Amino acid sequence: MIIHNCEGESVTIENKVIYMDNSATTPVKREVVEEMIPYMTENFGNPSSIYEIGKISKHAVDKARKKVADALGAEENEIYFTSGGTESDNWAIKGIAFANRNKGKHIITSSIEHHAVLHTCAWLEGQGFEVTYLPVDKYGMVSPEELKKAIRDDTILISIMLANNEIGTIQPVEEIGKIAKENRIYFHTDAVQAIGHVPIDVKKMNIDLLSLSGHKFEGPKGCGSLYIRKGTKIDVLLHGGAQERKRRAGTENVPAIVGLGKAIELATAEIEESNKTLLELRERLIKGLLKIPKAHLNGHPTQRLANNVNVTFEYIEGESLLLLLNAKGIFASTGSACNSSSLEPSHVLTACGVPHEIVHGSLRLSLGKMNSEKDVGRVLEVLPEIVQRLRNMSPLTPKEYRTI
Amino acid sequence: MDYSLKVMDHFSNPRNMGSIENSDGVGEVGNPACGDIMKIYLKVEDNRISDIKFQTFGCGAAIASSSMATEMIKGKTLEEAWKLSNKAVAEALDGLPPIKMHCSMLAEEAIHEAINDYLKKKGLEPWDD
Ligand SMILES: Cc1ncc(COP(=O)(O)O)c(C=O)c1O
Ligand code: FES
Repeated sequence: MIIHNCEGESVTIENKVIYMDNSATTPVKREVVEEMIPYMTENFGNPSSIYEIGKISKHAVDKARKKVADALGAEENEIYFTSGGTESDNWAIKGIAFANRNKGKHIITSSIEHHAVLHTCAWLEGQGFEVTYLPVDKYGMVSPEELKKAIRDDTILISIMLANNEIGTIQPVEEIGKIAKENRIYFHTDAVQAIGHVPIDVKKMNIDLLSLSGHKFEGPKGCGSLYIRKGTKIDVLLHGGAQERKRRAGTENVPAIVGLGKAIELATAEIEESNKTLLELRERLIKGLLKIPKAHLNGHPTQRLANNVNVTFEYIEGESLLLLLNAKGIFASTGSACNSSSLEPSHVLTACGVPHEIVHGSLRLSLGKMNSEKDVGRVLEVLPEIVQRLRNMSPLTPKEYRTI
Repeated sequence: MDYSLKVMDHFSNPRNMGSIENSDGVGEVGNPACGDIMKIYLKVEDNRISDIKFQTFGCGAAIASSSMATEMIKGKTLEEAWKLSNKAVAEALDGLPPIKMHCSMLAEEAIHEAINDYLKKKGLEPWDD
């Protein structure tokens, strides 16, 4: 096939494109797009307007709100639409911190959170709050015992993600929620990667705040939600108009909200079925990749998202691995320092105790609905060659792992 | 990553990749920015680089820079090779993204190390940067 590089020149790629970066983002489902279109064209009204097309928009937003609430086991008036996972995380953490600062200034989170959480916490430290970053074990798992030990009299918030975006490790959220409740501390979870993969019940799991993002489950980009349990003391993040019951200003992104509603409905209805297929593909992929010598699995062997594969290949670097995969039409991701704009290796793999030079050779393949058994076969066919090629090029590779 | 076609060419078909068994000089340097490593092997005849090979553990820009740099100094005198700057390598590659400029430094430094290793083995004074 032919694709275009950034200069608009055509580049030939062998075979069909295999997209295995579904944790970065997903394509919007056709049915979702179709539900969205009328809200950009004939039903374009502002939900705050009282005339007919305004009311139509308002009803559409309310309907989507119901769908999000149903997917989480929440009430409709506990769901707020935002511009995505980043805003939801910022709102939850800053909002709780400032609204409860007379009670305390201590926040507990983990060292493997998304930057939307970590950088927000770092900023709050500059505002006089204190943050404990819980360590994780080699699988990326937070220990409930460590959490208990970190709790202080002035702890106001615990923010632990439901599932990690790099290594897919699923945290013991129900246990964490129980600890938070027993200690009367608010519990926020970033569930951005979990929607459509892990069944969620905010009541049963004792979750007070939950972030989600549409584009991770075949919905549109730039639209997310924050669930806020009724009675939670939280400040407003975006000030302005009276939208979202005066808690999140700005004209609603109606088409995206409609799309998010449809997408979450489809994603949660299909969890079991989709996980079954993804698990088979994941296990086949992991098994095949670990046949490559000096390859290691990152993340938990079983407590992991059904769509996440993360392996490291010693002696090689991830960006060059991605470029060679791209040339074969395979799109994936890495935690290598060379592939990040900060030149820092993945903080997640580092927190799991993976040495820097080995983080360099990490590869994340995140599966999605469009991946087939054939795609997995093709990846397993080309990867060993690519790894070997880079190993032959690397000064670190011991003789026995070279072919030239 | 916005790489030029030249970078992609040298990355995909690296010139002078490998090692030299009985080399006259070897230089190995690490990149303080991201932790990558480049190794250069030289064969020297009559003060000229008669053969050169590289091994690189790094990104696309690092591999392309190694390939381009080795091609640019093969057959050159040691003095000429010493003068090769990372900027000249980057230019020959039709430019590198700003964040990737440090990767071309690796090539310049590894060449300097290799030349000095050769000089030291010959009992000569190493050169200064
Ligand atoms: C765990 C996690 N949290 C937050 C975000 C940010 O979401 P968004 O891209 O919608 O701002 C992401 C997406 O990369 C994520 O994976
Ligand atoms: S070698 Fe690490 S960024 Fe180029």
